[in-house]
Amino acid sequence: MRHRIGMEALPAVLAADRDAAFPYLVRALIDGIYSGALRLTGSGADAEDITQEAFLRAYRALGTYPAERIRELRLREWVWVIAANLCRNQARSRQRHPVEALSADARVADPAPGPEALALAFDYDEVLASHLARLPWAQRSAVVLRHVTGLPYAEVAAALGRPEGTVKADVHRGLQQLRAALEEER
Amino acid sequence: MIGIPARLAALRRPAPAHLAPEVIARTGLADRYATRPSPLGPVLVAFTSRGVSLVDLATDPAQFAAAYRERFGREVVPAEALPPRLAAAVDRALAEGRTRGVPVDLAELSEFQAAVLHLAAEIPAGEVRPYGWVAREIGRPGSDRAVGNALATNPVPLVVPCHRVVRADGHFGRYSLGADANKRLLLAAEGLAVEEYEALAARGVRYLASDTTGIYCHPTCRHARRITAQHRVEFRDERVAAQAGFRPCRDCRPMAA
Repeated sequence: MRHRIGMEALPAVLAADRDAAFPYLVRALIDGIYSGALRLTGSGADAEDITQEAFLRAYRALGTYPAERIRELRLREWVWVIAANLCRNQARSRQRHPVEALSADARVADPAPGPEALALAFDYDEVLASHLARLPWAQRSAVVLRHVTGLPYAEVAAALGRPEGTVKADVHRGLQQLRAALEEER
Repeated sequence: MIGIPARLAALRRPAPAHLAPEVIARTGLADRYATRPSPLGPVLVAFTSRGVSLVDLATDPAQFAAAYRERFGREVVPAEALPPRLAAAVDRALAEGRTRGVPVDLAELSEFQAAVLHLAAEIPAGEVRPYGWVAREIGRPGSDRAVGNALATNPVPLVVPCHRVVRADGHFGRYSLGADANKRLLLAAEGLAVEEYEALAARGVRYLASDTTGIYCHPTCRHARRITAQHRVEFRDERVAAQAGFRPCRDCRPMAA
């Protein structure tokens, strides 16, 4: 149990021993969930909170599921259903009570003066992230899950609870919007 | 349109390193650790619901957490403090060398290693016993080498005082926490007259006896230390002591002939 367990084997291991296997689930999915939440909420602090909350809810839910249901789970999209809902609720409450500029604390750039090229690359990322943050939820969620976290369309659709065709159209429109926004800036 | 998906993929960021251990801690699946002072400087003391599970010098907490995960397959995260009763017991062990009865979690160890460590915890501060004595006391006479290995891989040094078990020839032997020299340093700090003991062992003396009580002891036993010079008898061998009419001390339990 000390060593790596592949994602394919994880549902069976979780069904057999939730407590022993759960840390492996966290380690396997945490970077993807955090990255997606970071770009969906535009805030590093919110992304950390949502990542924690999503895994806690997943852990509690696993305790209530019968073993056969856990064995059938598609874990990544299942955790994403929880995380995407949390992100959407967060985005709604931020709309109602705006606290700060959206991407202010999402900045990951090293404050120390580094090579100029590196600084430019970070700004380049932040420009894109801020355009992303202005997309409507339907497009933003589809674009982030598909292209930032790299989920296949079927998983994006399952995570967002929308038909695959709709999700594909949302990604398409979202990318068009981003391109238009970037071109406008030149 | 080409280029934007690649730029979006570049917006991935790894989760901060503290996040996974925090998540796991909040499910109650992680163990915890706190920093305590010791004669060798600050140490990290990890604990489970059973007791102390890992102790190491507080040089690199990240390395400590990685070693913990490797060894136990569980996360370990910093705690504000040890639980009060455990804190009192651990501090008694670290500050005063009173190691008896400190709760330890040795569930990951073999029965043999756990037996060795539980016995070592009974050796009083400032006293030493040979490896062979431990082997015999746990009912495995002759397993001196295995006893040495069990002590060398002690996960909870200081709390289980593996430094109080030494070679029969009086050399202190190796020590896993920091440098070998720390073993001697710890014993001196506990009040062992290190040079006197080494000189005695170098002359081949294994036991000290009193001709008034007729009892022989390990040289560092508290009863042996009370024997005055004119009544002190030295023995290299328990058989000789027995032939001379002496009996073994009931506290330090030297080998009976």
